[in-house]
Amino acid sequence: MFGKLTLQAIPFDQPIIMGTCLVIIFGILAILGLITYKRKWSWLWTEWLTTVDHKRIGIMYTLLAMVMLLRGFSDAIMMRSQQALASGNAHGFLPPEHYDQIFSAHGTIMIFFMAMPFVVGLMNFVVPLQIGARDVAFPVLNSVSFWLTAAGALLINISLGVGEFARTGWLAYPPLSELPFSPGVGVDYYLWSLQISGVGTLLSGVNLVTTILKLRTPGMTLSKMPVFSWTALAANMLIVAAFPVLTATFSMLLLDRYLGMHFFSNDGGGNPMMYINLIWTWGHPEVYILILPAFGVFSEVIATFSRKPLFGYRSMVVATMSITLLAFTTWLHHFFTMGSGADVNGFFGITTMVIAIPTGVKIFNWLFTIYGGRVRFTSPVLWTIGFMVTFTIGGMTGVLMAVPPADFVLHNSLFLIAHFHNVIIGGVVFGCFAGLTYWFPKAFGFRLHEGLGKAAFWFWFVGFYLAFMPLYALGFMGMTRRMNHYDDPAWLPYILVAECGAVCILIGILLQIAQLVWSIRNRDQLSTDARDPWDGRTLEWSTTSPPPVYNFALLPKVEALDAYWEAKQSVDASPNLAYESIDIPKNSALGFVVAFFAVIGGFGMIWHIWWMGILALLAFFMLVAWRSWDEHDEYELTTADVVRLERTSLHSI
Amino acid sequence: MSVDVATLDSHPEEDHVLPTRQHITGFGFYIYLLSDGILFAALFAAFAVLRGATDGGPDSHALFSARNALIETACLLTSSFTCGMAMLACDRRNRIMTLVGFLVTAALGVMFITLEVREFSDLIARGAGPDRSAFLSSFFTLVSTHGIHVTCGLIWLMVLLAQFLGRGFTSAMVRRFLCFSLFWHVLDVVWIAIFTFVYLIGGYL
Repeated sequence: MFGKLTLQAIPFDQPIIMGTCLVIIFGILAILGLITYKRKWSWLWTEWLTTVDHKRIGIMYTLLAMVMLLRGFSDAIMMRSQQALASGNAHGFLPPEHYDQIFSAHGTIMIFFMAMPFVVGLMNFVVPLQIGARDVAFPVLNSVSFWLTAAGALLINISLGVGEFARTGWLAYPPLSELPFSPGVGVDYYLWSLQISGVGTLLSGVNLVTTILKLRTPGMTLSKMPVFSWTALAANMLIVAAFPVLTATFSMLLLDRYLGMHFFSNDGGGNPMMYINLIWTWGHPEVYILILPAFGVFSEVIATFSRKPLFGYRSMVVATMSITLLAFTTWLHHFFTMGSGADVNGFFGITTMVIAIPTGVKIFNWLFTIYGGRVRFTSPVLWTIGFMVTFTIGGMTGVLMAVPPADFVLHNSLFLIAHFHNVIIGGVVFGCFAGLTYWFPKAFGFRLHEGLGKAAFWFWFVGFYLAFMPLYALGFMGMTRRMNHYDDPAWLPYILVAECGAVCILIGILLQIAQLVWSIRNRDQLSTDARDPWDGRTLEWSTTSPPPVYNFALLPKVEALDAYWEAKQSVDASPNLAYESIDIPKNSALGFVVAFFAVIGGFGMIWHIWWMGILALLAFFMLVAWRSWDEHDEYELTTADVVRLERTSLHSI
Repeated sequence: MSVDVATLDSHPEEDHVLPTRQHITGFGFYIYLLSDGILFAALFAAFAVLRGATDGGPDSHALFSARNALIETACLLTSSFTCGMAMLACDRRNRIMTLVGFLVTAALGVMFITLEVREFSDLIARGAGPDRSAFLSSFFTLVSTHGIHVTCGLIWLMVLLAQFLGRGFTSAMVRRFLCFSLFWHVLDVVWIAIFTFVYLIGGYL
């Protein structure tokens, strides 16, 4: 009846886990209680859970990412503390089997449920506004995508209290992740939650590619499209091309584990290295899926706050598209030590170094945009400049490791850990925070507190260097990744510095929470000039903040790059206000309900409760068929409605 | 071919018209199909790597019957043809021919699936199931992923036809038939690759 699930699955004997679970459960109960007390359930259901508005979905993605950042960061600081307390005779506070779950969960959550939702959330919110569209191409599908991502995140967090998580590292390499070596449910939690959220990501990629290529407002040719939308196009094309490989690879591992197949097993002719090749065929493009939109954010921020058009727009677009193509030619540099020979390693070493060229072009474009501009040092600009310094260092250590002989020495050492945190924190995370601060007033109608934002930046920035520069040194000293305990006392001082860095980042995160809370409480002070607070250049700043459900009452006509900036310069004060009726997609519960059954089905499959899996599959087919029966998925805002809405929004400014 | 610049300039508004919903859905579905193609590409790559990994068990020469695969191919290719005929009838808004065309398509699809299931159960009965060797794992996964796609397509088609009987050629109906036919043709393309690489090259070369 309940497969492998018994009461023993809940780790009552682990005080750390049980304490965390209790805090989470009480937190959730408190939130549910508050919603009930304030009678907000129907508001929550109609305005958020069933919404198909790309802006709301983008906000929910971002919120999910921020919550998961807290979870991933807790894992990080636990690992840092364990290593600070586990030198020589001391053994720290985390037993090895728990520590292994923590580093696996940290990587998995940070990439799939922090970085991805953050980036996808920004793209979801900004792209339709920036290209002058009323929504994405498939609004209901967009909601399905979001809720599938949330379902994956929920499953992975259930593993904290029910059962265990994978002890295999964030990519679950076989043969360790095969059944004989990982007989528990940890790897199954990993696989099912990532399969579910991966489908969501793939669908959202299809959606945004179609949106960008088909729904641009009249006059916005591709050569007049803002750079953030270009990078979003590149990232989503990479999603469409790379995520099916991830789905296929995880499916093969699932078949190995569930049906005794031999794709990656030691026996039966299986080939574990094939998994590693396939997973990095997805994994390297994934790096660019994350970083390209961040590059787009920096481009928008630096042009806006320098009050100059972006230097070298065309070279920026060409560089973005070159990186998109090159993304698929470098996967083998993640495992030069496979031993595929000097020729193959040489080829992949060179393709890896070649990527530094378009990236360098970008760095110089940003520098030349600043040059001669009147830069306002707001917090998005601080994140951007912090990025340029940090990412350049990370890029250089990357090129260093692209030399195969050097990589043989550095492979799986802390040098590698320092390198990829250098580019992911310095690039993706800083980019997400810059974008969050930059577009926050557009989403909510008030700015975030600048002083707290700047303080958060400095703690993150200094914290990052303290936490990761010692890791480069430790890598050279021979310390490998994922160590629960070590004997060499010479490593301890560096580890302690890194721990200080983690504490600095913690303060940075707390300051960001304070910034959010303070800004929401004092939003009246921060809501002046919210429509266009930064003197923006692109179309999203031309509509109200927050934008109406239809984004633009009249589709903007675009005649130049930086369309809104140009419009502001030419004082053509005769706006043509001939409104027309607008079709708006209706709310749909499909995404939420599908995700609900995805959690049920995933949980059933993880614990071998087959009837739950079958039930969920049937429910899925029924739901989609039921949904397809309803052809009236839009409602019409009449001209009078539009006039009324526009008038109220003008009054509120 | 010469393009009259004057005529192009005389309709500057024409490229400003946003595409129709049918156009957008068709394009989006096409992008999805590309991603599905990449899913199959990964499975083909696994099959190529593991083709020789028989672990002392039977290899492709011993197992595959090109005759069976040829009949399957005939079923699927013909069903693609009838699907195309149904779409032509759909364009002319001919209810009867659309229905007949899609019903024949479905019948041929069911024949294909029946033959595939028979082949699989026969292999398993001979001790050549997917857990026998890495080669058979990759074979069963590749071919049955295609088979599952065909099955899902059949379920989809049944739902579509039930709706079609009720309401005829609404714009949503035409849009969905368009997507279905794209899906069905792509499955054909994938099958041609399977037939070539798995059955022909595997069986004879």
